[in-house]
Amino acid sequence: MPNILVLAEHDNGQLKLATLSAVAFAARAVQDTGGSFLILVIGENIIGTAEALRNYGASQVLTADHAQLKNPVSDKYAQVIAGVVKDFGVTMVAGAASTFSKDILPRAAALLDAGMLSDVTELRQDGDEFIFRRVMFAGNVIATVKLAGSIKFLTIRPAAFAHPEKGPESSALKSIPVEADKLPAFIEYGGCEAKASGRPDSTEARVVVSGGRAIKNLEDFERLIGGLADALGGAIGSSRALVDSGITPNSLQVGQTGKIVAPDLYIAVGISGAIQHLAGIKDAKVIVAINKDAEAPIFEVADFGLVGDAYQILPELTEKLRK
Amino acid sequence: MKILVPVKRVPDPDTKIRLKPDGSSIDLDGVKFSINPFDAIALEEALRIKEQLGAAEIVAVSIGGEECVEQLRVGLAMGADRAMLVKTPEELDPLAIAKVLKAIYLREQPDFVLMGKQAIDDDSNQAGQMLAAMLNIGQSTFVSKLELLENNTKARCGRETDAGIETMTVKLPAIITTDLRLNEPRYVSLPGIMKAKKKPLEEVALSELNVATTSRTQVLKLERPPQRKSGVRVKTVDELVQKLKHEAKVI
Repeated sequence: MPNILVLAEHDNGQLKLATLSAVAFAARAVQDTGGSFLILVIGENIIGTAEALRNYGASQVLTADHAQLKNPVSDKYAQVIAGVVKDFGVTMVAGAASTFSKDILPRAAALLDAGMLSDVTELRQDGDEFIFRRVMFAGNVIATVKLAGSIKFLTIRPAAFAHPEKGPESSALKSIPVEADKLPAFIEYGGCEAKASGRPDSTEARVVVSGGRAIKNLEDFERLIGGLADALGGAIGSSRALVDSGITPNSLQVGQTGKIVAPDLYIAVGISGAIQHLAGIKDAKVIVAINKDAEAPIFEVADFGLVGDAYQILPELTEKLRK
Repeated sequence: MKILVPVKRVPDPDTKIRLKPDGSSIDLDGVKFSINPFDAIALEEALRIKEQLGAAEIVAVSIGGEECVEQLRVGLAMGADRAMLVKTPEELDPLAIAKVLKAIYLREQPDFVLMGKQAIDDDSNQAGQMLAAMLNIGQSTFVSKLELLENNTKARCGRETDAGIETMTVKLPAIITTDLRLNEPRYVSLPGIMKAKKKPLEEVALSELNVATTSRTQVLKLERPPQRKSGVRVKTVDELVQKLKHEAKVI
């Protein structure tokens, strides 16, 4: 029977919603097999985060709470995870496919000589075995794969597993002892550049408005793209072209080498639609393209296309959506 | 100082990927190959460190068939001092690759390893982290800024995380995996290509390394994802707002 461990992700105690996709994956994996799943929260003063995860059907929500674990450092976190896997007889470890999990989980897997699959989008059962689907080649190929071994590690594409409904608060809370003096200390955390705005993260938002080459400078980006995003309570994003020209910061880039987004509504403004950008938005429910060039490839994937100048269309659209 | 740079042979990023009709594998007929772009960035960074320090040895290593020699020659032409090919008859998964790299690391004893954060074919993003765990040394992934400190005993790294740029310092030796914005790799020059022909390129049989490399991952089938259909063109902002509100019901 599978015994799955879900690695929770949070930002100083604030739960990252992508965690819930990994929880949904675990719940589905144990649904027909009679197994169970655990959730592990690592950090300092994380009891609130753990509490927020008690309603999703985990047998236990584990906390590894220690000052040494305040920041997400891969050497310490991987060792804590490997310890939990051994102590609780875990057979599968899952986390959201984020930079956090991608940094830490392969390290934990190797400590246990376990194999790993990244960016899993589906699972099904074949007798006693799981069969997974995952994306490769920047989303251009979907592979159906098996993974051998008594312990398996996975990252889950958040867009592929809808967040579970909250149930009654049923998971037991359990604090894991942390032997701080035995944790490795190769890494010294130096902080993270604060986020630019109070807007939601593009990987979590229901609406994402992204700007591309048509936007000429940061002021225009903020006024046009930011303005429309704010009118819709959405997040902002950017094409690689705009990042490379220095107008927007790296952290806004949507695409294969940036963020993979899956909002209900994605509005691409002045974005031509390079393959690497499309790889990051193909799971959006509805795509709107606004572009001067009627031949731009973005129109081939857009549900609604409007040919025209962003500088004229966006103020009008923002005004009409605000009403 | 010695820097080890693993490089993977992958289909060129500008190649359109086709599958064999039975979905058993990628159709490699006529496909152009290159060094995995993230590995090229790692090699470029190693070359810049060498230029800055005045002296360093850069060893490029690839794992795969004889054809990987092509990418190693490119690496040598870029400026690597020597190259090594670990010959394997079949493709290995990231855990197996990390085990092979561990064996090479123990032979070479580099000061640190610079490698791409992921290969653009299987997109796993695992081998570097796994290698660091197996060697019980530190790691820094998604690195877009790198600076050596304290007589090259530490590296200060800027990491491109989902939350923004994170700063961290890692003790060396360590595994450092590179992201897109660390640098722009140089093009190979004709003199570089000529010089590369004289540089040592050693071939090592996998059996020499005594590594158990059975891949855990078994690929059953490859498919294309469902393609999005193109939708409708609207003529006015009003029409767009109507469609979003009443047809798509997303606002």
